[in-house]
Amino acid sequence: MTQVKAPMAGTVFEVSVKEGDTVTVGQTLIILESMKMEIPCEAEVAGTVKKILVAEGDFIDEEAVLLELE
Amino acid sequence: MTKQYNEQLQQKIDAIYAGGAQKYHDKLAETNKLFVRDRLALLFDDGQYEEDGRFANCEAGDLPADGVVCAIGKINDETVCVMANDSTIKAGSWGSRTVEKIIRIQETAEKLQVPMLYLVDSAGARITDQLEMFPGRRGAGKIFHNQVRMSGAVPQICILFGPSAAGGAYIPAFCDIVIMVEGNASMYLGSPRMAEKVIGEKVTLEEMGGARMHCTVSGCGDVLATTEQEAIELARQYISYFPSNFAQLPPLKESLQPVAGRTLEEIIPENQNAPFDMYECINQLIDENSFFEIKKLFAPELITGLARIDGQVVGIVANQPKVKGGVLFVDSADKAAKFITLCDAFSIPLLFLADVPGFMIGTKVERAGIIRHGAKLISAMSSATVPKISVIVRKAYGAGLYAMCGPAFEPDVCIALPTAQIAVMGPEAAVNAVYSNKIEAIEDPKERMQFVKEKIEEYKKEIDLYKLASELVIDEIIAPGYLRETLVKRLHYYGSKQILSPYRKHPVYPV
Repeated sequence: MTQVKAPMAGTVFEVSVKEGDTVTVGQTLIILESMKMEIPCEAEVAGTVKKILVAEGDFIDEEAVLLELE
Repeated sequence: MTKQYNEQLQQKIDAIYAGGAQKYHDKLAETNKLFVRDRLALLFDDGQYEEDGRFANCEAGDLPADGVVCAIGKINDETVCVMANDSTIKAGSWGSRTVEKIIRIQETAEKLQVPMLYLVDSAGARITDQLEMFPGRRGAGKIFHNQVRMSGAVPQICILFGPSAAGGAYIPAFCDIVIMVEGNASMYLGSPRMAEKVIGEKVTLEEMGGARMHCTVSGCGDVLATTEQEAIELARQYISYFPSNFAQLPPLKESLQPVAGRTLEEIIPENQNAPFDMYECINQLIDENSFFEIKKLFAPELITGLARIDGQVVGIVANQPKVKGGVLFVDSADKAAKFITLCDAFSIPLLFLADVPGFMIGTKVERAGIIRHGAKLISAMSSATVPKISVIVRKAYGAGLYAMCGPAFEPDVCIALPTAQIAVMGPEAAVNAVYSNKIEAIEDPKERMQFVKEKIEEYKKEIDLYKLASELVIDEIIAPGYLRETLVKRLHYYGSKQILSPYRKHPVYPV
């Protein structure tokens, strides 16, 4: 299992995948908004989205777990 | 002279060239490491070099060359000096003659004004020899003193093949660049064993001081190589961007067209907040395959690297909007500061590609001293006297504009692309800051949105690019398709730039 973590503090702008989706390396999973910028969080490994731990609009800290890949 | 003399000499040389005991050579092979003399054969043109102090400690019997090969030869047809640890001899540890040899080859490099390379693979000091090699005037400290003295005068390059422990870890630290071989290279002051005994920390060598950690987290490593052969080839490539010393100019190469790809117009989104890949932009500006990136894996929200434009070497400092929005952090500021200092030392013009929302905010970065680290970057950029070209690709907000060589920092030219936006902060943030009370007081959501929209439009007019150009804030606005051409011409025109530093000893650096 791989955890996808927030690279910096901000809010969740868009959750681009659903639980159960198959994702490929480099695919955008979640877009954060911080410092007025959209920050794409990409999959570093291919797999299936096991669990999404955040919702659009949530404030998140740096290093917070956003979702889990399997 | 009888034949016997020559035979005796040859026997001694053969023994020196053999290095340490066979079991240590076997260990090298097991860990995908090369013998020191094989490394040197790959490093130098045609494998040719002359060696000094070859017979050091030859009377000891088991310490050929005293565990270090010090040599002079050519790389890319330019003379360089090299010291290279031999890890088959007492794990490459330093005795008194090892240290004296290293000091002497440094002195040679300084006298000849040629680059100095350090091929490090050493367990550190031989504690049994400490009085002779550690504390004195020509002890190990002198090696570091020499490195600092030579810094900026001649290029200093470290390839780290194995450990560089305790004091030895300062050799890479004082070099311009450190190339590390993944899996084998490591840097640390105290070993994991020592950390466990002294502070009760249980950690692996790789986690605490491994090559990947240093190239991604600590920033002590600049380039991560997968094999020793690759590391040596990278060092040869790196040196091709540099003059032999600060008084000469970087070598010109044949001009090449950029790699085929999308145009800048296609790459750069109009929406200031949308991410894009700055590497794609860089590739459209530089000669094909000419990018040598430094600290690629460290603070990737900012890109630093050497490249050629029309055959001329440039140092590129570019925000990467795809990573952390291109926001500047403590590490990105440090990364840029060192790179700018490196380029300025060796007459390499600087090209800034700005798309930056500013420096990061929040408690975490304030506690880490983002202000003083940012000041270090601004100080390095401001002090650089090489040609500086500032290109505002998209937004440049707040101190981000300053850090990326904005108009106040004497760039030779500040060029804006039509997508550029220069302001203290972005429109949304500015309207929220100025009118927050008013916005909150409007109860009807529709009315509130309308108010915000109007104020944003007003603000956008205030920071309109043509207004800035009309006020001579920026020097030029050009279509992205013309950017490479203008860079080629301007780099050529600015070649004669000369600025005398203000009369003083040196500035007081912020960090």
